[in-house]
Amino acid sequence: MRRAPVLTFTRKGIYCPAGDFYIDPWRPVDRALITHGHADHARSGHRRYLATDLAGPVMQHRLGKIDLDSVKYGQTRRIGDATVSFHPAGHVPGSAQIKVEVLGEIWVVSGDYKTENDGLSDPFEPVACHSFITECTFGMPIFDWQPQATVMAQINAWWANNAAAGRTSVLGAYALGKAQRLLVHLNPDIGPILSHTAIAKTNEILQNQSILTNNSKQVTANLDVKKLSGALVLAPPSSLGSTWLRRFGPVSEAVVSGWMRLRGVRRRRNAERGFVLSDHADWKGLLQAIRATEAENIYTTHGYTDVFSRYLSDIGYCAQTVTTEFTGETLEQDQAL
Amino acid sequence: MKTFATLFSQLDETTKTSDKIRYLSSYFQLAKPMDKLWTIALFSGRRPKRAVTTTQLRHWAAERAEIPLWLFEDCYRVVGDLAEALALILPPAQRTSDYSLDDWIVWLRALHEVPSDQRKPHIIRAWDQLPVQQCFLFNKLITGGFRVGVSQKLMTRALAQATGQDAATLAHRLMGNWTPETTTWAKLIESDNSETDLSRPYPFYLAHGLEVRDNRKLGDRPIMMPETGLASGDTQKTDPATAQLGPCQHWRAEWKWDGIRGQIILRDGNVYVWSRGEELITDRFPEFTELATLLPDGTVLDGEILAWKADRPMPFNALQKRIGRKTVPKKLRDDAPVVLMAYDLLEHHGQDIRAQPYDRRQAHLTALFAALPDTGPLRLSQQLVFETWVDLAGARAGARAAGTEGVMIKRQDSAYGVGRKKGDWWKWKLDPLTIDAVMIYAQAGHGRRATLYSDFTFALWQGEDLVPFTKAYSGLTDAELAEISKWVRKNTLQRFGPVRQVTPHHVFEIAFEGLHESPRHKSGVALRFPRMRRWRHDKVVQQANTLDDLKEMLSRYG
Repeated sequence: MRRAPVLTFTRKGIYCPAGDFYIDPWRPVDRALITHGHADHARSGHRRYLATDLAGPVMQHRLGKIDLDSVKYGQTRRIGDATVSFHPAGHVPGSAQIKVEVLGEIWVVSGDYKTENDGLSDPFEPVACHSFITECTFGMPIFDWQPQATVMAQINAWWANNAAAGRTSVLGAYALGKAQRLLVHLNPDIGPILSHTAIAKTNEILQNQSILTNNSKQVTANLDVKKLSGALVLAPPSSLGSTWLRRFGPVSEAVVSGWMRLRGVRRRRNAERGFVLSDHADWKGLLQAIRATEAENIYTTHGYTDVFSRYLSDIGYCAQTVTTEFTGETLEQDQAL
Repeated sequence: MKTFATLFSQLDETTKTSDKIRYLSSYFQLAKPMDKLWTIALFSGRRPKRAVTTTQLRHWAAERAEIPLWLFEDCYRVVGDLAEALALILPPAQRTSDYSLDDWIVWLRALHEVPSDQRKPHIIRAWDQLPVQQCFLFNKLITGGFRVGVSQKLMTRALAQATGQDAATLAHRLMGNWTPETTTWAKLIESDNSETDLSRPYPFYLAHGLEVRDNRKLGDRPIMMPETGLASGDTQKTDPATAQLGPCQHWRAEWKWDGIRGQIILRDGNVYVWSRGEELITDRFPEFTELATLLPDGTVLDGEILAWKADRPMPFNALQKRIGRKTVPKKLRDDAPVVLMAYDLLEHHGQDIRAQPYDRRQAHLTALFAALPDTGPLRLSQQLVFETWVDLAGARAGARAAGTEGVMIKRQDSAYGVGRKKGDWWKWKLDPLTIDAVMIYAQAGHGRRATLYSDFTFALWQGEDLVPFTKAYSGLTDAELAEISKWVRKNTLQRFGPVRQVTPHHVFEIAFEGLHESPRHKSGVALRFPRMRRWRHDKVVQQANTLDDLKEMLSRYG
């Protein structure tokens, strides 16, 4: 007799029949296990939520009053006939891969992840499994990241250069994750660091959790920005080129994203500078992560799914594409954040 | 290559003209002469002779990166630029190199001496010592097409700043047949008496589009555009487009011909034909060789090359068949004979007369034509007579019937300028033809539009069926592109490689400049310059036009 699969793909999202729960569902459900707080994974309208204790505060901030239960990394929880546990995904603070075990068969949902240790989030831990559902936002060999230290040196040099020329530096970065990762590695000796309100709110939450130390000021209406020469401003990508930046006088703008690897995308965003730094795994990172799971079955979601699963099939995996409503770090998402 | 790569990055990373000029100008002051010369050459579309094919580059790079070829092709589709896609998949450089731009070009030239089946290790060795950005530029040297937002005008201004010379003079010097192999920096840019290149054309003077108001309302418009683009009852009022030009006595008008802008030069008994893209196209139009005996020496004409039969222009499509051909078979020549519709005289008896007022140049041109036989490959673009702007609007309304695109309006006392300068020359084009069509296929874009669906196929009704009739890529705003891309992802019926068949749901107004019969298209009709003019949220698919509507347009305007 063939056993029912541990996880199935339904219109509402990834579903576990044995435990009657969903993982990162995009339609309202009774019980949702959430990998991390980004909007395409943690949606509103579910009756019960389960996430890591580290991801909780941001989710509560973003989703308002929710019925949230939390677990620590590695802690197991029995739900129906399934055993679940959350494991570091290295994507943003509190982000997790979710492991689901039913009668000895193990499936892992990766959520979003990266393999490089960013110095902020708990670093990615490979989880051995039979089936691995992986994101592949950057699942093309053209995406090959340089080490974080190299990119941060470029960013700090750019900032210092702008400061010397009397320009304010503006970095477009996602409000949850990327912005704080930059805060950890920006060199505060160069000048003051300012955060857009959307980012400052997240900073505050992570500071309260002792994940982040405070080294930036929030940009408020009465902050005298003219006095802060040589400053660097962290802002959501959507505020680049907007009138909000006028208060800073002459500025130099840059976008920090994996997409900046492509010249065409950078030009389309009208970003003068693009720094290639992502919270998603690059091609090599994806392949390395998949190898480390020792899984035979790979399901690819959001990103270059078709190409990536075809390649995985070519090299001997049993791989297929799954259609989801996750968006990963897409270009359009920038406009919305 | 490092200095050139730095310049390239600087130019690529700013959108400010003043910055670009500053970077270029300082490069022109500091770089080695041969590097500078090649920089000008590359930025103006010249490139070294190709030593390896792009197919070879794809195969070798995929092999070097240890990925299958199909995966490389998919990468290329996402990146949108071959040189960049190659650079991005190749392994990081193993060594460094001090070679300058010119050194690499010399190296590439030497590669021609290597038997073609032994070139691969050389290319791979080159790749191994170039960091990503330099590798991209190296590949560009082979594949061609440097697009860094540096126009000829901008480069000329930077050169003028770096050398202290007059920009218009420099623009003229940079025209024509030179390559870094046939000249030097000193000869091309610095010498007072720049070596006389008999074939050298003048920089083309380009017109600006006249703003046309667009106050048509959605919804109740007729299917076909009325001939004039003006609503009836409006014909007695001056169009605001022309009103901004002031009294019409100061202006002259001609048809706007729909062909290839060209310059014909007769010097020392030789005829040279140049296209606006600065391509020497003499061989493609043997009709013009007889001008050697018809025109006085030292004559340069500006005009439009047209396929011409029975005293009127043939559709652009007829000319298109001749554009790509290096040699012209007799049949094609008979089917689509060309003329130059001349509208300006730039050199007269060996004298550059571009500074003379338009009216005076026209007088010389008319006199020149009076001495020519009627049958040659030259026509004089006639002046349109008008007393008021309303008269001219009336004339413009007849443009499509005359086989033209609209009218040109030129100031009577204007000199023949350099490049696109606002003020003296205007083009007042006809409104495009439009038809409402249903989107049925979508494909992701390239480069700037990678990850967005931006290439669409549209269909018209034929009974119960939707028949595809055109593709269109442009016309939507970034926000609309993002919106439609999201919709496409959720409404895909079927995938054919990169193409997605989508639910027929959205109606778009497709605008185009003209149409002609085409047996190669399923619909039997091909459009000229199709683009999406409006997303018709107000229409359901049943309200889109039919193929019969399009065929009727073909019979009227084709």
